[in-house]
Amino acid sequence: MEHIRTPKVEQVKLLDRFSNRSTTGTLHLTATHLIFVESGTSSSSAQEVWILHHHISSVEKLSLTTSGCPLLIQCRNFRVVHFVVPRERDCHDLYSSLLRLLRPVSFDELYAFSYNPKQNDQQREEGWQLIDLSAEFERMGVPCDQWHWTDVNREYKVCDSYPRDLYVPVAASKPIIVGSSKFRSKGRFPALTYFYQEKKAAVCRCSQPLSGFSARCLEDEHMLQAISKANPNSRYIYVMDTRPKLNALANRAAGKGYENEDNYSNIRFQFVGIENIHVMRASLQKLLEVVGARALSVTDYLLGLESSGWLRHIKAIVDAAIFLSKAVTAEGASVLVHCSDGWDRTAQVCSLGALLMDPYYRTLKGFMVLIEKDWISFGHKFADRCDQLDGDPKEVSPIFTQFLDCVWQLSEQFPQAFQFSEWFLIQIHEHVHSCQFGNFLCNSQRQREELQLREKTYSLWSFLLSEQHNYENPLYSAALAERNPVLEPSTQPCHFKFWTNMYHQYDRTMHPRQSLLKHLLAVRESSCALEKTAHELEAKLQKLGVSMPSLGLGSAHRPRPQSLILGTPHGHKEEDGEQEGEGLPARSDGERTVEGSSATENSYAELQGPFGAKAEPHLVSLEFGVARMTC
Amino acid sequence: MEFAELIKTPRVDGVVLHRPFMPTVEGTLCLTGHHLILSSRQDNTEELWLLHSNIDYIEKRFVGSLGTIIVKCKDLRIIQLDIPGMEECLNIASSIEALSTLDSVSLMYPFFYRPMFEVVEDGWNMFLPEEAFKEIETLTDEWRLSSVNKDFGVCPTYPQLVAVPKAVDDDTLRKVATFRHGGRFPVLSYYHKKNGMVMMRAGQPLTGTNGRRCKEDEKLINATLRPGKRGYIIDTRAINVAQQAKARGGGFEQEASYPQWRRIHKAIERYNILQESLIKLVEACNDQSQSMDRWLSKLEASNWQTHVKEIVTTACLAAQCIDREGASVLVHGTEGTDSTLQVTSLAQIILDPCCRTMRGFQSLVEREWLQAGHPFQQRCAQSAYSNSKARLEAPVFLLFLDCVWQVLRQFPCSFQFNEHFLVLLFEHAYASQFGTFLGNNAAERLKLKLPQKTVSLWSWVNRPQEMERFLNPLYEPNNLVIWPSVAPQSLLLWEGVFLRWNRSSKCLDEAYDEMVHIIEYNKELQSKVNALRRQLAQLETGDGLLETP
Repeated sequence: MEHIRTPKVEQVKLLDRFSNRSTTGTLHLTATHLIFVESGTSSSSAQEVWILHHHISSVEKLSLTTSGCPLLIQCRNFRVVHFVVPRERDCHDLYSSLLRLLRPVSFDELYAFSYNPKQNDQQREEGWQLIDLSAEFERMGVPCDQWHWTDVNREYKVCDSYPRDLYVPVAASKPIIVGSSKFRSKGRFPALTYFYQEKKAAVCRCSQPLSGFSARCLEDEHMLQAISKANPNSRYIYVMDTRPKLNALANRAAGKGYENEDNYSNIRFQFVGIENIHVMRASLQKLLEVVGARALSVTDYLLGLESSGWLRHIKAIVDAAIFLSKAVTAEGASVLVHCSDGWDRTAQVCSLGALLMDPYYRTLKGFMVLIEKDWISFGHKFADRCDQLDGDPKEVSPIFTQFLDCVWQLSEQFPQAFQFSEWFLIQIHEHVHSCQFGNFLCNSQRQREELQLREKTYSLWSFLLSEQHNYENPLYSAALAERNPVLEPSTQPCHFKFWTNMYHQYDRTMHPRQSLLKHLLAVRESSCALEKTAHELEAKLQKLGVSMPSLGLGSAHRPRPQSLILGTPHGHKEEDGEQEGEGLPARSDGERTVEGSSATENSYAELQGPFGAKAEPHLVSLEFGVARMTC
Repeated sequence: MEFAELIKTPRVDGVVLHRPFMPTVEGTLCLTGHHLILSSRQDNTEELWLLHSNIDYIEKRFVGSLGTIIVKCKDLRIIQLDIPGMEECLNIASSIEALSTLDSVSLMYPFFYRPMFEVVEDGWNMFLPEEAFKEIETLTDEWRLSSVNKDFGVCPTYPQLVAVPKAVDDDTLRKVATFRHGGRFPVLSYYHKKNGMVMMRAGQPLTGTNGRRCKEDEKLINATLRPGKRGYIIDTRAINVAQQAKARGGGFEQEASYPQWRRIHKAIERYNILQESLIKLVEACNDQSQSMDRWLSKLEASNWQTHVKEIVTTACLAAQCIDREGASVLVHGTEGTDSTLQVTSLAQIILDPCCRTMRGFQSLVEREWLQAGHPFQQRCAQSAYSNSKARLEAPVFLLFLDCVWQVLRQFPCSFQFNEHFLVLLFEHAYASQFGTFLGNNAAERLKLKLPQKTVSLWSWVNRPQEMERFLNPLYEPNNLVIWPSVAPQSLLLWEGVFLRWNRSSKCLDEAYDEMVHIIEYNKELQSKVNALRRQLAQLETGDGLLETP
């Protein structure tokens, strides 16, 4: 590829982020990846680091040192790698190649257009058909007597960041919709996103009204009236402005603003106070700075966590979602959610609120549907927020990451409520930024259609489903969800935690040395194989004329039928598993074994350095030939 | 009986009990010599039995003639009792206050408690020093068990038998004892099988400002070194604290006198600071009406997590010296009864797989805490709610348990016991029906005749039906040294203790049960398959036999 000046550099050192260890190897630069291969060890155990260009958020050339020229690479998946390149020229070549590679200027340069997972057209087509949003609205009970499908946005003329298929109150005629859209920022008029069938309460979303200081729009008022009327169970609707009041007030000066309660009948207006994309971007940046520090003290960590505001923002989003969920499920009221443009905070609150209300969204498939609906189709600007193309750095913001963080917080409070584990969330996060699949490319459905993504790229969802067993939460209970469909999380600050496994996913020294999740998945897999073997053995014995009752398992330990994933054995590939016994699969990987941890990795003290060189030189006596004592 | 005098109103009807995340209960409140009991006198409703010794602090409030007592317990629980009648309420409150602060140990509940179970294995005899030493004897002949402290004359806080280098006689020990704080001369704490290195602990050397030396002390600790080898002294105080100790007659080992030893200072806080830290932490955890920023800054200001990190780090350092550097280690702080024990016991958890078993951990607590003379009675007299100016109280043992929990969380498959067991030890250290944690040292326990007059916690906990609850279903023994991460991101707040009463544990408990179920089910399947195989094999060989003749 023309942008690669040096495809290979040898004798490059990879420094560990938190300790003094380093590895030497060869750096390869390909059209899609930056690859580091450790040298000197046997090929099987050599450490390899593959970094997708799209994952790189910044490349920095640090000042020259005696051992070479340091290159610091920060990735959007929170990986930070520190290379030292022996020759400055190589380093500069790498640097300038990377700068060009990590900022593609057009969509067709993205990895998704060259990625080929060896599927045929039919398989690819099936992958894209996996998620069907009209089926999803049907699942919610829409269309119904009060809500129907509208083709008003068929040509993306009313709102070019909305999907084609939209659902609105039956009472809202086309002129009302069009009129309302003209009074809403970017034409994003109120449209249905979730329908709570039990109470006939709707969650609608839109952008801010162009009310300025005094403007009104009768069609928009009618629109809200229609939403209100569509719900026979409540006399009023809530209008949630997810911004802090001050921000909304400031918008009035620009001819935008918020709904005046005097002009709209029967609305209850509520500010929520989630900060804007710029605050969130700065917050994550601060957070990563804090946790990226070496030899971090508890004090600096906690104060840094506080001053970054990250957990405060996470809590604000969860609080808003709880408000939404309570209004709908407890009061039976419909809610209209908006922020400024209605594609960031609104997406966060609507999707998280639905997740609290509807157990379906807590399943693997349901979560995909939720993301597809509230994020992809309603036009969360993934291209801008995730910096897919060389664009405005002020548009970049970790809005979707925050959503995943909120979901993780909930899964910590409700360990059995989600069919998927945090690995699923982390994998989705990985691919939102990888640009390897078509799902998250571009800013809107319209753009996606123009680029013919369905024909030219693959869908992430079918890939994730194909390795579903990796992402399952072994503790998930569908029965529990049936009994308590609505989640009511605690909002006490002490229940919000820093998500180490996300923000330190590549910093292995910080992970628990034995993974509970991995262990349980292995046990479950082993149980499935054992069940199969037991059936086969029983069949053989029955053929030999032995009746079975005595060996049946105690009913207490039968797989619980209510728990879907526990009850149904999956189609396992390893037929040969039988021969080698059905015990737990051998664990050779580093994570499960404790050898992966070492004293030196953790730097409990500077025992490595020459004695007395640190801290208390005056205490080391001269006759003590200590320097030789170190290992 | 004397308790009767303290109980002015033994019974009140119509009392309402409020507990967080539980339905309120109305019933009759009874005070006995050792318990506060609330019973609704209906079937199927839970009764509240609260040990007076578990009560840390009470508050009274009145609205008209309805009195309210807020009972704050040492296990950090807070309950509220609404008592009709001002006089009754005042009487109850003053009785509780008196009964929860009895001066005499021999009036404590363990002296009155009679077990409802048969004691199969007496916990008082389970972990005797001579038993523990037997194993070391099979590995090395460089150590001996000395009875120099038979009458507790040499060191009042040591047990009667201690392990010391064989090359050092009892006379030398007596001399060394005069040179160490509280007579706590260096004794063997841990023998590392893998390389024969040892960990010792002691009180600080009494060098004073003029740098006093003690040849016998030098001889003793040098006797533990292999020829040509050097060792590490881990002083659990910051260097300036150790310097200041000189003015009060204490001090640290001077390089000139101990040329074969390299001293490392680590700053583990002293007990009064730890107590303040606990009070602040619990206050932060119980504050329901706060913002995220306030919570984080209060958590930080409590410094609790810093203490945890400091202790784990120091223990890892000691373990690293022994296992990786192949050097012996001597650990001490000032008295050698608090931070010293935190470090030596935690280092053993890291190094020695035995200490991660149920029995091994009990043995460790017995050896490194109870017999080593950690003053449980003083340290655990009050907990986080007490208003009394803390003097000797400190959550030293709780911090140790917290550190063990941190390691357990990072290595969830390496421990035979689970978090519940650690919480249990925390509870019983502060208030218990068992005599295990009474007294401050072996001498006091002997004087109180605890083994004869009380039941040991170990007798109860090791009964199969109790032990089951404390076993970790994920346990798979491994013989490795486990090195935990000490990054602040890896050390979490121990929710099982500090947020235990202000969250609903239902979801977490159910998830735990499900986990147990998954593992149990796997084990049953395994044995079922094995049984089927055997049966099949029998049939097949049986058939074969029939066919051959």
